[in-house]
Amino acid sequence: MKGEVERHALRLTPNASPVMDFTQTHFELFGLPQSYALDRNQLDAAYRELQNTVHPDRFASQPEAEQRVAMQWATQVNEAYQTLRHPVNRGVYLLKLQGIDALDANNTKMAPAFLMQQMEWREAVEDARSGKSVDALDALSDELHAAHRRIEAQLAELIDTAHDYAGASEAVRQLRFMDKLIAEVGDVYEELES
Amino acid sequence: MALLQISEPGMSTAPHQHRLAVGIDLGTTNSLVATVRSGLSVVLDDEAGHSLLPSVVRYHADCRVDVGYAALSAQNLDPHNTIVSVKRFMGRGLTDIEDVASLPYRFVDAPGMVQLKTVAGVKSPVEVSAEILKVLRQRAEAAMGGELLGAVITVPAYFDDAQRQATKDAAQLAGLNVLRLLNEPTAAAIAYGLDNASEGVYAVYDLGGGTFDISILKLSKGVFEVLSTNGDSALGGDDFDQRVFCWMLEQGRFSPLSAGDARLLLTKARDAKEALTEHTEVRVTAVLSTGEMMDATLTQAEFNAMTASLVSKTLAPTRKALRDAGLTASEVKGVVMVGGSTRTPCVRQAVADFFKQTPLTNLDPDKVVALGAAMQADVLAGNRAGDDWLLLDVIPLSLGLETMGGLTEKVIPRNTTIPTARAQDFTTFKDGQTAMSVHVLQGERELASDCRSLARFELRGIPPMVAGAARIRVTFQVDADGLLSVSAREQSSGVEASVQVKPSYGLGDEEITRMLKDAFTHAKDDMYARALNEQIVDAQGLIAATRAAMAEDSALLNETETAAIETGIAALEKLMAGPDHLAIKRGIEALNAATTEFAQRRMDRNVRRAMAGQKLETFG
Repeated sequence: MKGEVERHALRLTPNASPVMDFTQTHFELFGLPQSYALDRNQLDAAYRELQNTVHPDRFASQPEAEQRVAMQWATQVNEAYQTLRHPVNRGVYLLKLQGIDALDANNTKMAPAFLMQQMEWREAVEDARSGKSVDALDALSDELHAAHRRIEAQLAELIDTAHDYAGASEAVRQLRFMDKLIAEVGDVYEELES
Repeated sequence: MALLQISEPGMSTAPHQHRLAVGIDLGTTNSLVATVRSGLSVVLDDEAGHSLLPSVVRYHADCRVDVGYAALSAQNLDPHNTIVSVKRFMGRGLTDIEDVASLPYRFVDAPGMVQLKTVAGVKSPVEVSAEILKVLRQRAEAAMGGELLGAVITVPAYFDDAQRQATKDAAQLAGLNVLRLLNEPTAAAIAYGLDNASEGVYAVYDLGGGTFDISILKLSKGVFEVLSTNGDSALGGDDFDQRVFCWMLEQGRFSPLSAGDARLLLTKARDAKEALTEHTEVRVTAVLSTGEMMDATLTQAEFNAMTASLVSKTLAPTRKALRDAGLTASEVKGVVMVGGSTRTPCVRQAVADFFKQTPLTNLDPDKVVALGAAMQADVLAGNRAGDDWLLLDVIPLSLGLETMGGLTEKVIPRNTTIPTARAQDFTTFKDGQTAMSVHVLQGERELASDCRSLARFELRGIPPMVAGAARIRVTFQVDADGLLSVSAREQSSGVEASVQVKPSYGLGDEEITRMLKDAFTHAKDDMYARALNEQIVDAQGLIAATRAAMAEDSALLNETETAAIETGIAALEKLMAGPDHLAIKRGIEALNAATTEFAQRRMDRNVRRAMAGQKLETFG
């Protein structure tokens, strides 16, 4: 029984399974074009359809072999969905398909103007915290989300049209910065509320 | 969803047979069992017509056990042996329980989970919960006239892995096949019929006897997708009672209370709280065993003031859940109220103020979870065809590992949709290091010591290498019940180790076996015959399902493969004629292994069909 569990857990790592077709990309899995620009409704519909087919709840009273396969598939479908849905993850994934590691620790190149802007935003977060100003935080939050959307649009242009993968890697790193900032704003909201 | 009419494996085995399945709400204060009859979800009553079973268990010296109202009425007389609100102790150590001093129990600090000393011996919270589940199982089997295929058992969404595992263990001990552990707010959402008719974002506010959950769900085309969940697994109606109890102590200025008197006052406190849902004030009287008396009036305004901090304690997790879902309160289309404590007017008012809308209260908040669980059990048993809904739930708390310096490294963040798996690579930090210890944690805090420790295990036999050369991949898999298993493997040598996260907080298989033996000895049941029967039933089911799949999809197998499966079936059938239940179990495992690849091919084919239909739907 123990051996069973171990083998089972092992098969979960991607490319470990000889049968399941993990060689297809997440885009292929959902029947979507391989691009940064994404039809979110189409992704969501394909995700629902796939989960409806493979989810373990569809096999709850079936033999163990079928339940196990269902769990592996549903896990893979969830992973693929989270990757494509999330703006940073989708960028990282697309660049990985091009053989590029966007989050390579040795590559930290970032436009000075963006870094300056980052510092200003960080100060604004601190000001809102020390001033206990929810209004300032709301305004900042809107600004950050707008900037996030702008970078996403740039990223679509860089990957889909210009095929400028170095530029795209930098944009992905910028998006990651933005996510961290937005999370910090969330922490300050929490602090001010308690 | 018409496109999903591919024949599912379950459908082909026995299309018209209704399988007996129930939903069980194992609550802090009360428990219920419900089932779907003629398409309607109904709560099953006991012989006296009670639908609620008080979650109270009393142990007698002769090992007799009272559960429910009989035990409830004895709680003042026999407080040490009458366990109420045992759910608060599930998967919890002694240090986790805040109000130990005010509880009448004789706690035993056991590794992992606290235990309780009674006249019938030391009992684990799992055993106490199993007594409640047994009564509900008997109630269901009597009402439905047959053995249950299985049960969906609900747990607070904010329950961690240890609490979930303890609940599953309790069900196993009660002889229940767990079809799924289902989060209580999600069950309530189903019962509210928020399926096909409704689309949009809903919040479920669930304040029970001892737990608080908030879940944010998106409903779209028959899919219930939980976006986020938050809560407090030690906050509920009991805390409101406790506040009234403290007020009574102030009013009465009693000498130190006996356990029985403390229980009496707590009962009075609860009565007062309940009276205040309909009246603006209530007279509270009590006569203690010492002859001391109290007679005072509690107004709703006073009650609201003394419990205001508890109400606001529910709003912080509510804000967090909204933020995790990336939504604001105004984007929520409806708010569903669940749990007996949402009857309290100040709770309703606070929720209405927060969401700026009147919450939905048209279903009995005590029954809604069991009703939803029964509906899900019906789906999982395969009793519905074609019009199923689908639940996509999340894990409530991040899962991670302890790294150098006692820090937490998150592997799977909270609110990740399950089932899910993530791998993280680690390396050695000393030259020649041959072992690595893996400490599995759950929680949001940065320090490992502030998170819940779920398990520890060691990967040994790593070939000696220079520091940093080994590549150790630790894989976390969370299944559809929200339960975690972890494995570690050194990539170059293939050395591996794995745990189902059970040892430190759940019960080991041996302990379960011992408890089962104890239980059967007292029930004078023939454990062996029962085990044999169970294995034969399982084997029959597996053979029937395998044959049906082969009849349907013979094209997916070549002759050799078909022959191999036939051999497995024949071997199992031969074992079924014999007396050895363990041999049958091994035969089942062997046949399962032999059909795994077939199952994968069938699934591949189903996926291709589904996606072909999807394309037609999108572009057609």
